[in-house]
Order: sequence, then structure tokens, then C-alpha cells
Amino acid sequence: MSARRTYSAITARQMGLVGCTHCTKVWPKGTERCGRCGQKLDSRDRRSLSRVWAWWSIGLMAYVPANLYPMLVTKTFLGTQEATIVGGAVDLALHGDYIVALVILFASVAIPLSKFVAIGFLALSVQNNWRGSGLRRMQLYELVEFIGRWSMIDVFVVAIMVALVQLSVVVTIQPGPAALAFALSVVFTMLSAISFDSRMIWDSVADLETARGVDPGSAPRADDVQVPAARGPLTPPDAVPAPPTKTPAE
Amino acid sequence: MLQVVALGLAVLFLLVGALFLPFLKISVRGISNTSSIFDAALAFSGPELGWLSVGVMAMIVGIPLARVGLILYALAPLLYDVPLLRGARTAFRWAENLRPWSMAEVFILGVGVALVKIVDLAHVDIGPAFWMFVALVVITLLQDTYMCRWSIWRELDRAPEPGARREVAK
Repeated sequence: MSARRTYSAITARQMGLVGCTHCTKVWPKGTERCGRCGQKLDSRDRRSLSRVWAWWSIGLMAYVPANLYPMLVTKTFLGTQEATIVGGAVDLALHGDYIVALVILFASVAIPLSKFVAIGFLALSVQNNWRGSGLRRMQLYELVEFIGRWSMIDVFVVAIMVALVQLSVVVTIQPGPAALAFALSVVFTMLSAISFDSRMIWDSVADLETARGVDPGSAPRADDVQVPAARGPLTPPDAVPAPPTKTPAE
Repeated sequence: MLQVVALGLAVLFLLVGALFLPFLKISVRGISNTSSIFDAALAFSGPELGWLSVGVMAMIVGIPLARVGLILYALAPLLYDVPLLRGARTAFRWAENLRPWSMAEVFILGVGVALVKIVDLAHVDIGPAFWMFVALVVITLLQDTYMCRWSIWRELDRAPEPGARREVAK
């Protein structure tokens, strides 16, 4: 980024408060549960990263058999045919269904792989205080969270095919072991993404700014916010009287 | 608020209907097979894959149904200005927590992909349940966009507590 922005926003944590991650109501620090929605409150979840990595690694583990074992077993009177995820997409492409093949490759290869990379990158960047735009990382996180469930599409395709194509001798389709592995992999990566505490992104940004010596002056302190009058002489003189003169006229 | 509750009711009826009516039917040379959503969810049989059936069933039917139920439970009292039901806020929180796991719309896209795969193989008839399910997905998406979490939380905050009925009567 060309222009280095300074993040002068004040966080709930700096004001001795804790925000509910679910309904966003803020409570005094130390409150155990949100009094409104009952969500457990935690200013920063220390164990968040361990959970992210735990889910991430079993997700990755499940992803390997998901690609090696067959997803669909097609039995016709000519014989039995087994297709893996990539194999099935290649078959479709050979039949000329490029768009569907692309959808499948995208949903079951591109999305899961990029999800692993994205979650790993986010966790590493927070752990090691990598420099980088906090906004971009937040957007990446939201994208990963949004897109995760769409990987499940391949499992549903298998389910429908298996339920539908049961035509005694002509053709039957059976699910392969990869279906379970793939479903588990998707579920685990979704859990991994959910475990990530996105507030850590902004903490790492704030840490960097402090380390560089940019922030301390520009970040409003708690007292500044509570007593704005203390900075009276610094505010432009015409900015404050303007609103009162307008309101009676209207 | 009214929209959310109305759409929730619509989802409830559509979902129950869609479960039992035929979903898709294929036929090749006289042999045909009809499948409902139940069949699709229960397609994974056998010792290991059985769990997958449970999961798929939950994701396309159970969780959407549970979410609608929880939302109705939490929000319907607001419409009539009566005190909240016990645990209404917890119910709404769970409805929100379950949102990523409700995958009816993913399922519909999966049906589309499966249809394209099968069309070469056999003749496919689309049953009434399919259209009901499509309508249901559209309504759910509408509901999720109409529903403003923050204003609902504010409403839930203002609404009288479960035990407040007696005080009002006085």
C-alpha cells in the first residue's frame, strides 16, 4: 500500500471493556457471559490459534484420502468404474461439459486448497506479526468464512446421484470412501475458520504501529475520548458553533 | 420483524412438504426410479458412510428446520407485544450460530450439477418437491437479508422478560 494509514481507532479492550462477538454489545472487562445473548465473553481468545491449527491439520489430513479414494463407483453391465474427484471432473470435461467440470474443480479443489492456504496465512501472520494491510486480511477472513460451506456441494452431488441412479441392472452408482473424507475435511476447515479470532488481526496491526512509533501519539487515549473538552483549543473554532446556528433556522 | 416471521412460516411449510413429495425421477428404457430428499440424504449407507447420511440430513433439512423454529420461537412474541418466551435470546443466538451449517442452497446447486451429469445418462423428471425446495432456498436467502441482527437484538432487549406477565397484569 502506498499511503500508510494509521489506525487510530480505539478498541474496547483499551477502554477496559469487552465486546460480545455475537451480538456486539459491550460489557465491563471480566464479565463472563454476555448478559443479552448468553455468549461466552473473552476479550482475546488466547487458545484461538491452537484450535485453528488443530482443526486445520485434521482438515488437511482428511483432504488427502478425499482425493486419493474414489468418490463415485458406477456399476453398469459393462463393468465397474471408479472416479475420484479430479477424475470425475476430467471425465466431464472430456464429455464437453466444461462449465460443470469447472464448477466441480473450483468447488472441490480450488476452494479447499486456497482455504488451507488462506487460514494458514492468517494464523501465521497473526502469530508472527507480519506487516500487511489489516483490512485486506479481514476481507480474506470474511471470504474464507463465507465460502467454506460451498465446498460441500460435491458431497451433495454424490448423495443425489446415488439416490437417483439406482436402475437395477442398467446402471447403479455407489458412494466411495472419499465422500466421507471430503465431507469431514470441509467440516474441519469450517471449524478452523470459525475458531479464528479475527480481532487478533487488528491487534497485530496495532502492535506493529506501536513498534514503529507511529501510533502512540495519534491513537486517542481513553481520557481523550471521555473528556473531549480538554482538547478544546485544538478544535477549529467555527466547527463547533456551526450546528447550533443551523438548527433554530430550520 | 413481521417479514421475518412470515418468511419463517413459509419456510416451515415448504420444507415439510418438500420432504415427502417426489423430488426427482429418472427413467431409462422403461426402468425408472423416483427419489425424495430423504432418499438423497440417506444415500450413504453402510457402517462408515452412515454417519455421512446423518450429517447430510442435518445440513439440508435438520438445521434449516431448527433455525426456522428457533427464530419463530424467539421473535413471534415480539409481534404480539407479549413477554418473551423462556430462553428466547438463547434461541436466537443459536439460530445465528447455526447459520453457516444450514446448507440448503448449497444442496440446490449440487442438484443442478448432478442433473447435468445425469442428463446424458437418462431422462430426468423434476418433481414438485424440487420447486418447493428452490422456493424455500430463495425465501431463506430473502429472510437472511431482511433480518437485521442488530435491530432484532435491540428489540429483544426492549421486550419484557419471560416473568414480566404478572407485573403487566397488575
